[in-house]
Amino acid sequence: MDKFGFTISAGRQIDYDSNNRRLAEYIFEKEPSFRLCIECGGCSATCTTANFTGFSLRELHILIKRGENDQVRQNLNKCMLCGKCTLVCPRGVNTRNIVVLAKNAFQKSDEYEI
Amino acid sequence: MSKHVVVIGGGVAGLEVAGQLSKAGIEVSVIEKEINTGGHLNNWYRLFPDRRDSSEVKEYLDGMTHNHGINLLTNTTIEVFKRNTSHFLITTNGGKELTADAIIIATGFDLFKSSRKEEYGYGIYDNVITSVDLEKMFRKGKIALTNQTVPETIGIIHCVGSRDEKVGNFYCSKLCCVTAVKQAIEIREFLPDSKVFCFYMDMRMGGAFYEELYREAQEKWGVNFIRGKVSEASETIENKLLIKVEDTLAGRPLKMKLDMLVLMAGMEMSEDGEKIAGIVGLKTGENRFFAATDNLIGSNRSNIDGVFYAGSCTAPMNIPETISHARAAVVEVIDYLNDGIR
Ligand SMILES: Cc1cc2nc3c(=O)[nH]c(=O)nc-3n(C[C@H](O)[C@H](O)[C@H](O)COP(=O)(O)OP(=O)(O)OC[C@H]3O[C@@H](n4cnc5c(N)ncnc54)[C@H](O)[C@@H]3O)c2cc1C
Ligand code: SF4
Ligand code: SF4
Ligand code: SF4
Repeated sequence: MDKFGFTISAGRQIDYDSNNRRLAEYIFEKEPSFRLCIECGGCSATCTTANFTGFSLRELHILIKRGENDQVRQNLNKCMLCGKCTLVCPRGVNTRNIVVLAKNAFQKSDEYEI
Repeated sequence: MSKHVVVIGGGVAGLEVAGQLSKAGIEVSVIEKEINTGGHLNNWYRLFPDRRDSSEVKEYLDGMTHNHGINLLTNTTIEVFKRNTSHFLITTNGGKELTADAIIIATGFDLFKSSRKEEYGYGIYDNVITSVDLEKMFRKGKIALTNQTVPETIGIIHCVGSRDEKVGNFYCSKLCCVTAVKQAIEIREFLPDSKVFCFYMDMRMGGAFYEELYREAQEKWGVNFIRGKVSEASETIENKLLIKVEDTLAGRPLKMKLDMLVLMAGMEMSEDGEKIAGIVGLKTGENRFFAATDNLIGSNRSNIDGVFYAGSCTAPMNIPETISHARAAVVEVIDYLNDGIR
C-alpha cells in the first residue's frame, strides 16, 4: 500500500477555552504594568539574548497572556535579567519583573495551580 | 459699536478664525509672534491626503485676511492680560494696548524635539533627520546626505515622541502615520531607485483618504512596512545607520543598514502656548495641551468666559480638522458676543 506520509498532528490552534491562564492573572495582580504591553517589540529588539537565541520577551508576554505555559517554561530561563529592555519600553512595562514573577510562579506552581 | 476680537496666533487656525469673524462684520486683530503668518504650514511641501502644494492653502488664508481688513500684528506677543467687567485688556511686548470683547487662542503646536530620543541619534549622527527636515529638502527639490550623495535606502521611524511614556507623551499625534506614507511616496518619486522602509507600531490611517494613500504606497511605489519599534540606531564605520528592531510579525530580531533615517516627530503643546496659559490663567490637560471644558460638545470653550480655542493648541489636528475647529470657534464667539453666554 502506498504511504502518503500523513500523520495525525496536534492542532496548532491556541485553545483559549481550555488553556490555563492563571500565570497571567498572577502577574497582572503583582505587576499591573503587564497589562500595558502593546507588543511593539522594542524590548526584544534591544535584548542581547534575543539576537542569539530564539528568545523574545515580547513573545513571552503574549504566550503568558494566552496561557501557552509549556512554551513559556521552555523559554523563561534564557532571559539574563539584565533589565536593558526596561529602558526601552514605551509603555513603561516593568519588563524584567515579569520574568522574575513568572519564574516565582513556576517554582510555586502547585500553590498557583499553573 | 462694532465688537473687537483678539486672536493669538496666526497659523491656519488663527487666520481662518480672523477671516470668518471679519466676514461677519466683527473687528479682528491677530497677534503673531513670528514675522510671517502661516505657522507650520510654511514648512510643508505638499499636503496629504491629495498632495496639493501647501502654498495653495496659504494663498487661501492670506486672501481671507487681506480681503477683510484684519489688523495684523506680527512679531508680537502678549505680556499682560487683564479683565475688567466687560472687556479684556491686553498689553503687547511692544507696549501697545488692546481692548477686546472676546479672545481666541490659536497658538498651535511645537514639534517634538527629536534629540530627546537620544537612542535615534538626531543631532549626533549624520543623516538622521526629522519629517520637517525632509519637507524642507522636498521644497529645495533635492534629497541628499550630508556628503551630498543620494541615499539609496531610507528608513522612516514612526511614533518619535508620541505614544511614549519615556518622554511623557502618552497620546498619539494622529497624523505622523499618514505623513510617513506621504513622505515615503515622495521619496520614491524623487529617487526612483531608492528603497523605503517604514517601521511602525500600528498604522493609524484614520482620516479621509488616508488608507487609500497607504494602498498606493504599497501598490504603486513599493514602500516596505515592517512592524516593530526601533530600539536604537548607531553609526557604522562606513557612515551608514544600523538599526535594531524586532520584526514582530516574523517574530525575530532584525538589523538593517540604512543611508538615511527620517524620524516622524510628534506634536506637543507649544512652549509659547504654555506661557499664554500662565499669563491668561487657562487650564491645560494631562497631555499639556489647552484643556477644553467639554471634549464632546465644547471643544472650543475654555475655563474663562469669553476666551475660546481654535486648532491644534488643544490636540494634534490636521488642516481640515483645524479649519473646522476654527469655524466652530467663530460660531461660539458670535453667540457669546450676541448674548454674553459662555
Ligand atoms: C510633519 C508634519 C506634516 C504635516 N503635514 C500636513 C499635511 O500634509 N496635511 C494636513 O492636513 N496637515 C498637516 N500637518 C498638520 C498641520 O501642520 C496642522 O494642522 C496646522 O499647522 C495647525 O494649525 P494651527 O494654526 O493650529 O497651528 P500652527 O501651525 O502651529 O500655528 C500656530 C501659530 O501661532 C503662533 N504663536 C504661537 N504662540 C504664540 C504666542 N504666544 N503669541 C503669538 N503667536 C503665537 C505661531 O508662531 C504660529 O504661527 C502636518 C503636521 C506635521 C507635524
Ligand atoms: S532582562 Fe531579559 S529580556 Fe530584558 S533585555 Fe535583559 S535578557 Fe533581554
Ligand atoms: S517594549 Fe514594552 S510594550 Fe513593547 S513589546 Fe516590550 S513590553 Fe511590550
Ligand atoms: S499617527 Fe502613527 S506615527 Fe503618529 S503617533 Fe500615532 S501611531 Fe505613531
